[in-house]
Amino acid sequence: MLDNTPNLQDEAARQFQICNSCRYCEGYCDVFPQLFALPEMTAASATHLANLCHNCRGCYYACQYSPPHEFDLNLPAVLAELRQDTWERHARPQALARVFHSHGVAVAAALIAGFALLFFLMATLRPESGEGFYAYLAHNAMVAIFAPAFLLPLAGLAYSLRSYWREIGGGRITWASLRHMGSSVARMKNLSGGADQGCNFEQGARYSNARRYAHQATLWGFLMCFAATSVATLMHYGLGWEAPYPFWSPPKLLGVPGGILLCLGTGALAWLKLRADPELGAARVWGGEMAFVLLLFTVSATGLALYAATGTGAVPALLAIHLGAVFAFFVLTPYTKMVHGFYRTAALLARR
Amino acid sequence: MLQYDVVVVGGGNAALCAAIEAAEAGARVVILESAPEHMRGGNSRHTRNFRCMHHGPLSVLTDTYGEDEYYDDLLRVTKGQTDPTLARLAIRDSEACLPWMERHGVIFQGSLSGTLSLDRTNAFFLGGGKALVNAYYACAEDLGVTIRYNAEVLHVDLSDGRFHSVTLADGEQIAGRAVVLASGGFQADLDWLTRAWGPGAENFLIRGTPYNRGVVLRDVLDQGAQSVGDPTQCHCVAIDGRAPKFDGGIVTRLDCVPYALVVNRDGDRFYDEGEDVWPKRYAIWGRLVAAQPDQIAYAITDQKAQGLFMPPVFAPVKAETLGGLAQALGLSGDALEKTVARYNAACQDGSFTPGVLDGLATNGLEPPKTNWARPLDTPPYYGYMLRPGVTFTYLGLKVSERAQVQGAHGPLPNVWAAGEVMAGSILGQGYLAGFGMTIGTVFGRIAGQEAASHAG
Repeated sequence: MLDNTPNLQDEAARQFQICNSCRYCEGYCDVFPQLFALPEMTAASATHLANLCHNCRGCYYACQYSPPHEFDLNLPAVLAELRQDTWERHARPQALARVFHSHGVAVAAALIAGFALLFFLMATLRPESGEGFYAYLAHNAMVAIFAPAFLLPLAGLAYSLRSYWREIGGGRITWASLRHMGSSVARMKNLSGGADQGCNFEQGARYSNARRYAHQATLWGFLMCFAATSVATLMHYGLGWEAPYPFWSPPKLLGVPGGILLCLGTGALAWLKLRADPELGAARVWGGEMAFVLLLFTVSATGLALYAATGTGAVPALLAIHLGAVFAFFVLTPYTKMVHGFYRTAALLARR
Repeated sequence: MLQYDVVVVGGGNAALCAAIEAAEAGARVVILESAPEHMRGGNSRHTRNFRCMHHGPLSVLTDTYGEDEYYDDLLRVTKGQTDPTLARLAIRDSEACLPWMERHGVIFQGSLSGTLSLDRTNAFFLGGGKALVNAYYACAEDLGVTIRYNAEVLHVDLSDGRFHSVTLADGEQIAGRAVVLASGGFQADLDWLTRAWGPGAENFLIRGTPYNRGVVLRDVLDQGAQSVGDPTQCHCVAIDGRAPKFDGGIVTRLDCVPYALVVNRDGDRFYDEGEDVWPKRYAIWGRLVAAQPDQIAYAITDQKAQGLFMPPVFAPVKAETLGGLAQALGLSGDALEKTVARYNAACQDGSFTPGVLDGLATNGLEPPKTNWARPLDTPPYYGYMLRPGVTFTYLGLKVSERAQVQGAHGPLPNVWAAGEVMAGSILGQGYLAGFGMTIGTVFGRIAGQEAASHAG
């Protein structure tokens, strides 16, 4: 697909031209008003609009020109392909992005490798003493593994985003653009269908808010889990208050409901994805997308299971599995669907 | 033979409104849509708004649009060719229709960019007419209406002056206590168009669905139903000559005429391009072009006009000289240059203001250009080919105020009609944007209520 960038751009430009002469979809999302305001279509504009598109599919089901009409409009699909192309083009190394975006099997293999690595480490680095999880893997060992596994991919992602920002000419970030982005993300406005009726996904031409709510649960659940880890790090280094933490402590109060939300959200997203038409997205990466959702589900489900198993003999095995999943998730961040959140946030921030 | 309370022939807006009303009244209803599912909805899938009377702001509509103003707008475009009773009924009922539409799943949006002049009179559908059609089909399904696609009705049995059953293309018969005919005009039957218009009709493009072939209309007229309207009258606009033969819809329109010079095949002008703003004139230009040799015309602009009108879907022909443009368009260069020279010489000084009648008119030119008349002198020059594009024909069934179809000897007791198939009663000629959906919704609802009440 990377070799086809110019063809994809041409196809997007062809479809945009028809949209621009019609404009019936103006009220669905942010893409159309920005499209109609463009003096002319450029490759950078097409890339920007593709990353702004949330794949709500409203414009497809409302389209009088969708196939088999000879104009053959399928904007959600061509924009999904173009987004995919953006993510793979700006990733370093590109080859990893190509493999993990398209192949669910590769994601599964990385997950199993994560399990294996953690089982191996826990078997060979078993500490003399330690409390809670640190009885199985010492705190220093965990930091030595997870700090680079978290920070290196993040640095790679930052590089990619900078390169994307330059390509689209994102401009200076202002308070106003931050506020706009924040409110769009918090309400998932671009999946609202423009009138809160929701988008078209699992029920074809009927609107539904199921995907929007499932995505919100996933997003907020993820952020709460991330906050739980961050707070725990601060408590560890700042206050000298080391894990394990009791239930009535910030890491648990954020992490437990966050994990439940993430579990429910990703489970619902996977279920909805099975019911939606794959031809309205980037069909070639369906497997990679599904594997990514299931990876997030595995991270949250094993985290909750580990908490539930506190004090039982299942803890060491569950700990290796959970940490293995987290490890795979971190390492794959720049090369999976995880990047969509970063690119889309950037697209919502861009003032062009 | 399958038996229903109400058989609805057609699958567009009027048919759906009738089916929903009938089903809500408790009737067992079947919709017979001749198109396959992905093409369902007739011409409604190409529409975008609903013209609505209202007192004070209503949903997305601003200000007030009263009955008399609405009726005057209709008289102006139809030049009085309307049934005043039916027209006023459609206008008055439109106000109650809008909330009904919202309750049945239609979502409105503010007036689209480029159509600000309509934000008081026309409520736009979010996503356009196909989204409306989708909402109504979902609603009908939820109400238990049976929906049959690829179900083309060839014959409506009206023996003994009342409805008994319909016969589908595959020979299947479906019986009902009442029928609602909402099967559209005959514009997609090019032979019929040619019989009405003459051989020039072969050059017409059909903007909407290829499934409106007037089969049911013909069949019912042949059985003595009374007709209204003139077979040569239709909603006919000037569209891009490169549009598909059928189903090109909204994007094939060309909005450049007020800022252009329009010539025919021989390079001659034939009408005042600047008579009024485009939303008030687009519907007469189809007939104007249809009256020209070969049913073709060319709108010529120069660089100055770029950006003044909605972008066309097909790129215009472009050339550095008028002669070059004429050659690319297949016109005589001499003729075009002479026409432009005469026009340029007739242009006067004054201020040019797009979008409003600026009075910048030609002097001593026949026909004149009465607004936006600037010399055509700044290359590159652009050429847009125009053809007549038919939306729907006006010849239709005569109906009563209760949408009841009139037979040779009075009303048919269990036959109703709604939508384009009877719109000719109200639209004798001309067109008012968004009024087709008003007629379809108002009379579709009435027909559905009446048919259900008869069947019950």
